Amino acid sequence: MSKHVVLVEDETNIAEAIRFLLGREGWRVQTLANGATAVEVIRKAVPDLVMLDVMLPGKSGFEILKELRADAALAELPILMLTARGQSRDRDIAEDAGVSRFMTKPFSNEEMLSAVRDLTASGTADA
Amino acid sequence: MSREGLTGSRIRERRVMAGQKQADLAKAIGISASYLNLIEHNRRRIGGKLLLNIASALGVEPTTLTEGAEAALISTLREAADDAGLSATEAARADEFAGRFPGWADVLANAQRRIATLERTVETLTDRLAHDPHLAASMHELLSTAAAIRSTASILADTKTLEPEWRDRFHINIDQDSRRLADSAQALVGYLEADPETTPVAHSPQEEVEAFLASHRYRFATLESAGRDGDVIDRLTQTAPELKSVAARHIARDVLHQVALDATALPMVTLTKAIETFGPDPVAVAAQVQQPVGRVLRRMAAIPELRAGLLVCDRSGTVIFRKSIDGFVVPRFGACCPLWPLFAVLGNPGVVTHARLEQLGRGHSEFDCVATCESLPAQGYNVPPLVQAVMLILPAQSTGATSIKLDVGATCRVCPRQACAARREPSILNDGV
Repeated sequence: MSKHVVLVEDETNIAEAIRFLLGREGWRVQTLANGATAVEVIRKAVPDLVMLDVMLPGKSGFEILKELRADAALAELPILMLTARGQSRDRDIAEDAGVSRFMTKPFSNEEMLSAVRDLTASGTADA
Repeated sequence: MSREGLTGSRIRERRVMAGQKQADLAKAIGISASYLNLIEHNRRRIGGKLLLNIASALGVEPTTLTEGAEAALISTLREAADDAGLSATEAARADEFAGRFPGWADVLANAQRRIATLERTVETLTDRLAHDPHLAASMHELLSTAAAIRSTASILADTKTLEPEWRDRFHINIDQDSRRLADSAQALVGYLEADPETTPVAHSPQEEVEAFLASHRYRFATLESAGRDGDVIDRLTQTAPELKSVAARHIARDVLHQVALDATALPMVTLTKAIETFGPDPVAVAAQVQQPVGRVLRRMAAIPELRAGLLVCDRSGTVIFRKSIDGFVVPRFGACCPLWPLFAVLGNPGVVTHARLEQLGRGHSEFDCVATCESLPAQGYNVPPLVQAVMLILPAQSTGATSIKLDVGATCRVCPRQACAARREPSILNDGV
């Protein structure tokens, strides 16, 4: 079965580029443009990876991150945050809330892909 | 030389300023010119009747001669000496300098103050991205668009065998995004160039205080146990690297005194026990612990698990204390949104309001806000009381559906609220960036 990623990103063109890139690597990419339902969708889907933007309509990426981490079943879920707000404060908030990796926009495709590989390689080793 | 020891120098200075000859002044007060000369060179102690006579002959207050230049001037000069790295011995002569050359001392002190102001401005500008919500939003837009273009462009460049449908799709996306990038860049330049008044002028002591409190996570275990111990508070504020200015240390001291008072009157165990019984309901908790609601709000903000924000403003509506909460923007420059319950309660001391708040145009996070306004202890008879409004900002609970829902802004300039009676200036959001 192919690996499954839930991508929460309201910039459709970024979402599309990521969908293409990860699709080529054999990922099944589920995109969400709104933060409000993200937690519920992720809980149901139990994906191999979550990619989260910070500034989202409905609910911020930080809130989603905190809610996911509050759920014991999702404590180990790899979560990669993508954000244009690369201030150290945001990074601190994300790290406090238990993000797996924090990446600032604009990133290179290679950077993003290798982060995805790193995060999921360790995940499968544990499983 | 001690300050008192310089009385002679000050007499000489004043006499010269008044254009009076030594001999004339000596004659007027009935002493010999040579004795006055000794006094003026600080070789004779002077006091009592003679001092009073000289002061009256020169038309000044005796204290002007004995105490010299005012303390504020001296301390500014000391700061200047400190900044310039003068030796302690030299720095200690600030008083002598001010006494002998008051005009020059003023010039130096003014220059010193000007430097401090300019340094703050530079610091603020350097930090502007973090503090200007509008600029932060514009930069976010720019970076997001740049990210989309970068990613899409490198797919087009690097993928050898790209299906035509994908290729066309990505070309269209790049075309769209590049237009958007051009527009946002232009608008951003326009914002940065226009309206010099929007340029922040001061990195405020308030922000230093917030940084200091945040570094302690708004918890002071020593004060919880020690109570209102001035020494403990002084030690905390004197050693804090975040508190750079005298003003910031002053504010921080006041804040910590309040924290200590609150902690003594309402210990954490009592508070958490009441919250366990009644939930995070400030009015119910206040009734249980028999403390003012304002105090309960301040104490609840110190419980990390509640993840609450807190704002306190004085009678003028100036925010004098803030504990930030993610998603609720309190503008650092320019005034806050007057629709906040924090300001609504100013006219209604004693009333406790509860409202669900959403700040328009940003993240759409909702908050449960409880606000109240309390009079400070009377300062005297027949004096209108000073009041303080306190607002606790809790992340919205799904159960709090009964309260009023309020759509508010952060500050007018970046608020999209339509037809708002409280609007002070037009929003730049409506013109789009």
